Amino acid sequence: MKRLLIHAALLGGAVATIIPLAWMVSASFMPQGEATRFPPRLVPSQVTFEHYQTLFTNLNLGRAFLNSLFVAIAATLLSLLVNSMAGYAFAKLRFAGRDRTFTLLVAALGIPAQVAMLPLFLLLKSLGLVNTYAGVLIPYIATIYGVFLVRQFMVSIPDDLLAAARIDGASEWRIYWSVVLPTARPVLATLAIFTFMSAWNDFMWPLIILTDDEKYTLPVAVANLSGEHFPDLELMMASAVLTIIPVLALFFALQKQYIAGMMAGSVKG
Amino acid sequence: MKPQSRAALLFLTPGMALIALFFILPVIAGFFLSLTDFDLYSIGDAANTRFVGAKNYASLLDNPLFWRALTNTLYFSFVGGPLTIAVALAAALLLNAKLARFKALFRTIYFAPVVTTIVGVAIVWKYVYHPRVGLLNRMLDAIGIQGPDWLGDPRWAMPALILLAVWRGFGYATVIFLAGLQNVPEELYEAAKIDGAGEWKQFWHVTLPQLGPTFVFVGIITAIGFLQVFAEPYVMTPDGGPLNATLTIVMLMYREGFRWWNMGYAAAVAFILFAMVLLATLANTLIRRTR
Repeated sequence: MKRLLIHAALLGGAVATIIPLAWMVSASFMPQGEATRFPPRLVPSQVTFEHYQTLFTNLNLGRAFLNSLFVAIAATLLSLLVNSMAGYAFAKLRFAGRDRTFTLLVAALGIPAQVAMLPLFLLLKSLGLVNTYAGVLIPYIATIYGVFLVRQFMVSIPDDLLAAARIDGASEWRIYWSVVLPTARPVLATLAIFTFMSAWNDFMWPLIILTDDEKYTLPVAVANLSGEHFPDLELMMASAVLTIIPVLALFFALQKQYIAGMMAGSVKG
Repeated sequence: MKPQSRAALLFLTPGMALIALFFILPVIAGFFLSLTDFDLYSIGDAANTRFVGAKNYASLLDNPLFWRALTNTLYFSFVGGPLTIAVALAAALLLNAKLARFKALFRTIYFAPVVTTIVGVAIVWKYVYHPRVGLLNRMLDAIGIQGPDWLGDPRWAMPALILLAVWRGFGYATVIFLAGLQNVPEELYEAAKIDGAGEWKQFWHVTLPQLGPTFVFVGIITAIGFLQVFAEPYVMTPDGGPLNATLTIVMLMYREGFRWWNMGYAAAVAFILFAMVLLATLANTLIRRTR
């Protein structure tokens, strides 16, 4: 009896969680107007790709998709390099003021990103980076959270491993590149997923820094589209699928690394 | 310089320079910005900017729209946050039950909304809340209830946003709670059973106290996320919603700063947000200490 109740509750929760997403996918394949008809349909009477076609041909969402893909991939690669270098220095190299600097950095972890946005916009404007991909990318590259995540992992790399490489005469760069990075693969995977997803999902910053719809990322383009095309439920559902499914698929593929990284970031509590 | 210090400098420079230049510096500059009357004319020529002291903060306190945004944000956070945590705890307890099967599958499903793009799900939920053809009102209709115009009614717009936020956010807290639950030593339950404690008493006297640190962490993360709400109301209820019922602090900052270019004023809003996040963090930690 108890077993039944537990599973009924678990299943109920799962259904409630899935329904909006399932409706999104199903309605995106329905012929125009079918999702709003009475009685309601759960599955399309016939599967159509017309809305996806419209998005890519008439509404230029393919462009936004590629913009998002480019921004997210570039952010991921740059963030991996820059954050792993700094994280490594904080974890394993000895220099004056290291621990104090790191403590200060962690203290700044709680500052909301919006606090920096207005001056950052003015700064990038003076550098001529408004409405450029570089301008979108800048806040994603080096992050306090990224440095923190890498540092916490790399602290546990045995010092003997690095000492041995030093005795062999390896340069500091060589040690970092061929000894440290391969050992740190799990945390790099985590950082990569986090960076990709937050760059892909971000809305406010690209909304602020991009003014030209040729450069819009997917969330900005889709938000704009929903203003003009709100009555076209099936079309908008297709645009939501296009935005959400890539990150959802990435999560399903790499959820072990994602959850592990999330827990690693939470043990400081 | 010792060779390691020199290497450290090389490794640190790219990341730390970027963080300093594009985050720390703007945060500090933002505070000074909030003490000026920086506006559209200043963007044309910075010489048009004057130092005005705390005037922006003072006029915010005089602005009914600011109080509206503040109340809305607090409503969203103080109802949505605890609700998210309650749902997450319930889900985690179910998932942690010894009798439960398919745990990994359920966990994955519960977590899935967490990684979804806010703009995408905001659009989907806008249709879920559609007064006539929306999924929610159709379901209510089926059991004989006539649902309201969720996003168009000033009384229901905020609860509707809260429901979406709980849906999207509870999976995160669930996974953290689950880890916390798995760390509770089995001996404590054994001891409680020997003392004759039933399941409810075990939950109250063993599980909850043991989850203390987890509560603090989840509380802080949830509060920070809720206080910064922006994309959901921006997409679902443009321009602050019915009677500004869903105007939030970050929306006010965006509107003042990037639509009207009152950047000094908007910077003051940003620092009030900062203070709120700081307070929420402190409050969560203090509550834990006094227990």
